[in-house]
Amino acid sequence: MKTFEFEHATTVDGAVDRVVATGGKYYAGGTNLLDLMKGGVEAPTALVDVRRLGLREVTATESGGVLIGSGVTNSALANHPLIRSRYPVLSQAILSGATTQLRNMATVGGNLMQRTRCPYFMETAFAQCNKRNPGSGCAAKDGFNREHALFGASESCVAIHPSDMAVALAILDATVHVHGPDGRRDVPIAEFFRSPGDEPQRDNTLRAAEFIVDVELPPSPFAEHSWYLKVRDRHSYAFALVSVAAGLRVEDGVISAAAVALGGVAPMPWRVAEADAGLIGQPPSDAVFRRAAERIMAGARPLGQNGFKVDLGKHSVVRALTTALRVT
Amino acid sequence: MRDVTLTVNGESRTVAADVRSTLLDLLRETLHLTGTKKGCDHGLCGACTVSVDGERVVSCLTLAASVDGSDVLTVEGIADGDQLHPLQQAFVDCDGFQCGFCTSGQISSAHAMLHEHARGDLSTASFEAGRATVCDGPKALSDNEIRERMAGNICRCGAYANIVEAIAGVARETK
Repeated sequence: MKTFEFEHATTVDGAVDRVVATGGKYYAGGTNLLDLMKGGVEAPTALVDVRRLGLREVTATESGGVLIGSGVTNSALANHPLIRSRYPVLSQAILSGATTQLRNMATVGGNLMQRTRCPYFMETAFAQCNKRNPGSGCAAKDGFNREHALFGASESCVAIHPSDMAVALAILDATVHVHGPDGRRDVPIAEFFRSPGDEPQRDNTLRAAEFIVDVELPPSPFAEHSWYLKVRDRHSYAFALVSVAAGLRVEDGVISAAAVALGGVAPMPWRVAEADAGLIGQPPSDAVFRRAAERIMAGARPLGQNGFKVDLGKHSVVRALTTALRVT
Repeated sequence: MRDVTLTVNGESRTVAADVRSTLLDLLRETLHLTGTKKGCDHGLCGACTVSVDGERVVSCLTLAASVDGSDVLTVEGIADGDQLHPLQQAFVDCDGFQCGFCTSGQISSAHAMLHEHARGDLSTASFEAGRATVCDGPKALSDNEIRERMAGNICRCGAYANIVEAIAGVARETK
């Protein structure tokens, strides 16, 4: 590992100033960044540690939502009483990822900033990876790609974003509050991640040196009926082949609110507005859920080895919606 | 080099560390506390599990400089003098290991896990039981819950059945 400058930031403004001055990176739990530094994938000249900024509170907002500090650990968020009671799908999604040890270290901000686990990105021995080394090519496109994207990819990159938490945040319509050299701004979760296009080195729409301060959730209609289904190669501690966050509200036997997002299939949580819209106003049924599943998977563009995820995704959407409906 | 001060198993220690040092390397190579093992060094196996400020972490992905000032509990600090902790005794009684390389991580992890369960923390397994359990936490620690909560500790010998038995026994006694 190459050496680096290291300092603890004590204020958000100070952290931003130091990242601007050093060209370095923010450092929180380190579960992904330190691992990438060990492998030579990342070699920052400076780390600005943000663990002492506070930002560890989860608070109820006046509108009935919650404000989540970016330094809240994944474990603390998943186990917080407000999240368990009002946003159980967020607890479930977080607890589906990694292990307790890693969730105790990893933060909300870092979860959103984590990089893809595409093996060609993670291992510098592979010469081709446009995300790691722009212009070098994409070895995954015609290589080992059974875990790669069905949606939102480009000729230059077919990697997925690995977060489970973000998939739940997508159906909860979260807003990410960021602070940067030009001040504060709000980024809706639907606009946070970006398709690779011809700049796959950019995973998200944050500008240089912008820092995630907190994540806000509006009141959710899905407290009673939600589910996070994660399908993977082993029962625990593996990334998703396909995951589904599903939320329903049912009033007088009719679906009055619905949202479905897929994980493991795109460089961002994947939502299809027509699929959600087709659920609303219907009495919940297997046929209605199947139609939503067809709609959400309709635009899939499989690669050489991941065609199985199309059928898997359809079944997973139906099962997640069915399970969400039955939650008692 | 920079000074890092940690309270390790109740004792304050200040050491000079390279900024790149992980907590794992600092514990083993500087403080000579070699009970904590280096397995994969990538946060995948759990052999290096210790607690920092009361929460279990993988010390191989913990930058020592980042946790300057923290309390650290390693496997060396779990027994009460020569008196084994009930978890350690249970691993002996239940044959909860074969080669033993993962054992200190397993015990450190289980030690923290029992505390997490006692305060009502959830695992993904808890969601099968419905909303009341999600809000309050599961009362009993089923084998399914133990396996999910211990998923971060790999045993290549495959002693899982006996590891679960050891932990389940202690969980029943301390309830």
